[in-house]
Amino acid sequence: MINIHYRLISPQLISSDFVDEDFNKYDLVVKPTYLSICKADQRYYQGTREKEILQEKLPMSLIHEAIGTIVYSKNKNFQPNDNVVLIPNVTTNNTTSIKDNYLNTSKFHGSNCDGFMQSYIFCQSNNVIKIPQNTPSMVLLELLSVVFNAINSISKITSLNEKSIAIYGDGSLSYITALVLYKILPSSNLTVIGKHNSKLDYFTFIKNIYTLDQLPRNLSFDCAFECVGGLGSERAINQIIDYINPQGYINLLGVNEDKVLINTRKVVEKGITIIGNSRSDYNDFLDSINFIEQFPNSLNYLEKIISDKIEIFSITDINKAFEIDHNNNFKTIMEWKI
Amino acid sequence: MKYALIVAAGNGHRMGNTNLPKQFLLLGSKPIIIHTIEQFLLNPNIDKILIGVSADWKNYFQDILNNYCPQTNKIDIYIGGENRNETIINGCNFIKNKYVIQDNDIIITHDAVRPFITSRIIDDNIEAVLKYDAVNTIIPANDTIVEANNENLITNIPIRNKMFLGQTPQSFKIKKLLNLYHNLSTEEKNILTDACKIFTLNNEKVYCVSGELFNFKITTIYDLKIAKAIIEGNIES
Repeated sequence: MINIHYRLISPQLISSDFVDEDFNKYDLVVKPTYLSICKADQRYYQGTREKEILQEKLPMSLIHEAIGTIVYSKNKNFQPNDNVVLIPNVTTNNTTSIKDNYLNTSKFHGSNCDGFMQSYIFCQSNNVIKIPQNTPSMVLLELLSVVFNAINSISKITSLNEKSIAIYGDGSLSYITALVLYKILPSSNLTVIGKHNSKLDYFTFIKNIYTLDQLPRNLSFDCAFECVGGLGSERAINQIIDYINPQGYINLLGVNEDKVLINTRKVVEKGITIIGNSRSDYNDFLDSINFIEQFPNSLNYLEKIISDKIEIFSITDINKAFEIDHNNNFKTIMEWKI
Repeated sequence: MKYALIVAAGNGHRMGNTNLPKQFLLLGSKPIIIHTIEQFLLNPNIDKILIGVSADWKNYFQDILNNYCPQTNKIDIYIGGENRNETIINGCNFIKNKYVIQDNDIIITHDAVRPFITSRIIDDNIEAVLKYDAVNTIIPANDTIVEANNENLITNIPIRNKMFLGQTPQSFKIKKLLNLYHNLSTEEKNILTDACKIFTLNNEKVYCVSGELFNFKITTIYDLKIAKAIIEGNIES
């Protein structure tokens, strides 16, 4: 079948590429219904990644956060009209002890293979998981899975129960991290630290909220999740290092194009553990779906960080969605009707 | 019920050194018609796909359908007519005989040799025909349209922004299409070049939805070259 991959061919220029897909190679065909724009997608779209990286990666379809409906299935576990979340990480035959999302032979949609901006997604049955409903907030399952990857990583070395935990950042990732920790660790002491009061106002379920320049002197915590990334990450990470308790744990989730200077002297003085976290695997997605089922009112919270929902009928609409997203505080969802 | 009707009964002019009708020529990994059928197969809003073929090529087509197309019970094959409109009317009669036609049943007719159709175009046709009874798919005319007589003299240059190119799908409420067709005289039926004209000759309105530039009809060697280049990634549209 002739499938259309909507590829970014150069910054801010998207084109229809026609790909002859072979039904025989795949278990499933999924029609995407909702796609969500990530900061990583924007770095490609706006052309802020390094020139060499853009030359290497483009042309490429963007987007790795998507849900859809099955339209064709060769697998008896999936039927047409089933709603599914699309798993962006694709790993074949992992015989190592390394998690799929860190394996350097894995493919990741929207990074080293076409993302989900396609007419149809041809995939295998282990690249999707059934979801209970096809609504815009469900597309945030991918971000939820990234949070669960980080929580699962740190839980292997220390328990988070009854710990004091700081979440740095005031964007979508920070919001979801705070929401998950609030729900699954009711006895933990959570603090959110960010820069913008207008965004911090959304964290209504957290009692302790501070801006970066107004931290209480006696603030301390055992564990921190850094969800800042970009230009602010250096200040955030070094502030965490200053305030964290000895032998504390720092989870880095933010992405920065430039190298970040951190106070390693204090890291070694305090015996701090720093863990890098990126992407997620099938099991993290399962944890996300279980989370939604266990705490159904969390969907109502997730709806609060959908800044815009834009219907997509053409490439012009895709460009409009990216431009609107560039100025949004939180998530922009594309309702995929192209 | 929502039926797709793929018009594939043409034998057409030879394209190059082959007797194969154009719709059976290979494009990429499979014949053109299979690419077209697959677009409708994957659209969840289509209940049945009818394919009108000529009697001479029915067995050939059944074989390539078995070889290339995913297994499905959605497809019916029937014998088309001498021309496009006859193939469509034969398809409607096929539906009448095999299934029961309800008032709101619709037919999305489409050329087999337009494999680049999208689900958006199909969905727009479905939405519009349920409301307006007859729909055509059009794109703006990028070139100026010129009317000329047999002596190569221009007789009219219509205003370009009121001119459009007609593509397919063309979609209809089945009962209304059959009634209006039977209202036409033999002379009117003979001059029909387009299914939508069945409506306009009866002073009925036809709504238009937007097609795509790349939803072109593969009729010449040049068209086939462009189609092959597009899917082999040499030209990006």
